[in-house]
Amino acid sequence: MASNAAVPFWRAAGMTYITYSNLCANLVSQCLKEPYRSEALNREKVHFSVSKWVDGKPEKPTTRSDTPE
Amino acid sequence: MLRRATTRILSHRRHCSTAEALKVTAADDLFMAAWKRTMPNLDPPKTPLSFLQPRPSTASAASIPSKMTINLVSSCSSGLSNKQAHMVIVPATTGQMGILPGHVASISELKPGLLSIYEGNEVTKYFISSGFAFVHSNSVADIIAAEAVPIEQVDPSSVQKGLAEFTQKLSTASTDLEKAEAQIGLDVLSALNSSLSG
Repeated sequence: MASNAAVPFWRAAGMTYITYSNLCANLVSQCLKEPYRSEALNREKVHFSVSKWVDGKPEKPTTRSDTPE
Repeated sequence: MLRRATTRILSHRRHCSTAEALKVTAADDLFMAAWKRTMPNLDPPKTPLSFLQPRPSTASAASIPSKMTINLVSSCSSGLSNKQAHMVIVPATTGQMGILPGHVASISELKPGLLSIYEGNEVTKYFISSGFAFVHSNSVADIIAAEAVPIEQVDPSSVQKGLAEFTQKLSTASTDLEKAEAQIGLDVLSALNSSLSG
């Protein structure tokens, strides 16, 4: 069977479909009227703490958050 | 128990009962029977099967329904559920695709663009950021998108500002990735722009 059609430009540049889709969704959210814009941007906010494990012991956790502490 | 029986009969009448629907209730009945045997005093829990709404059979190729059923789902909400319409136009990567009842089953990837649903004389328009459209052979169309916003919620001035910003980003982009991002921005914003005016 013949190979697929030419890859999309973003995949040729090394971007995955999920990254592309999220990028498009963010661009659309930024172009909305208030209050829809703040609702959409609030949905994407994250807040979590990550700790790496080395030699079976957890290191000090780092917090990733959109709201400054 | 009688209440549950009546809801099950009603849900049968709402959708055309097919062999699949009968199989669903048979499995449910087995669970119910086993529950009553072991715990006759407790109310049985609702099983996932009881939440399942049977879909029209895909085998009925002879009759083309007069309207199609559209489900629009986005990441945050189910925008439309079982909406009846005459035609829907989806922004596929291969161009604007019109889907009528009786359309052949297909899967299309969507690009950022306008989704229009025609019902009689009314048109409902949504802007889709990207996603997929599944058309089944029973005239049910499932459209899933990361963001599906009614076109009225789009702000024209932000679109113009974004267009200028990304045109500038494209000219100053150096790496392949930056160029791709700027190009994506331009694609999305020019689609937004043309949907606002078109």
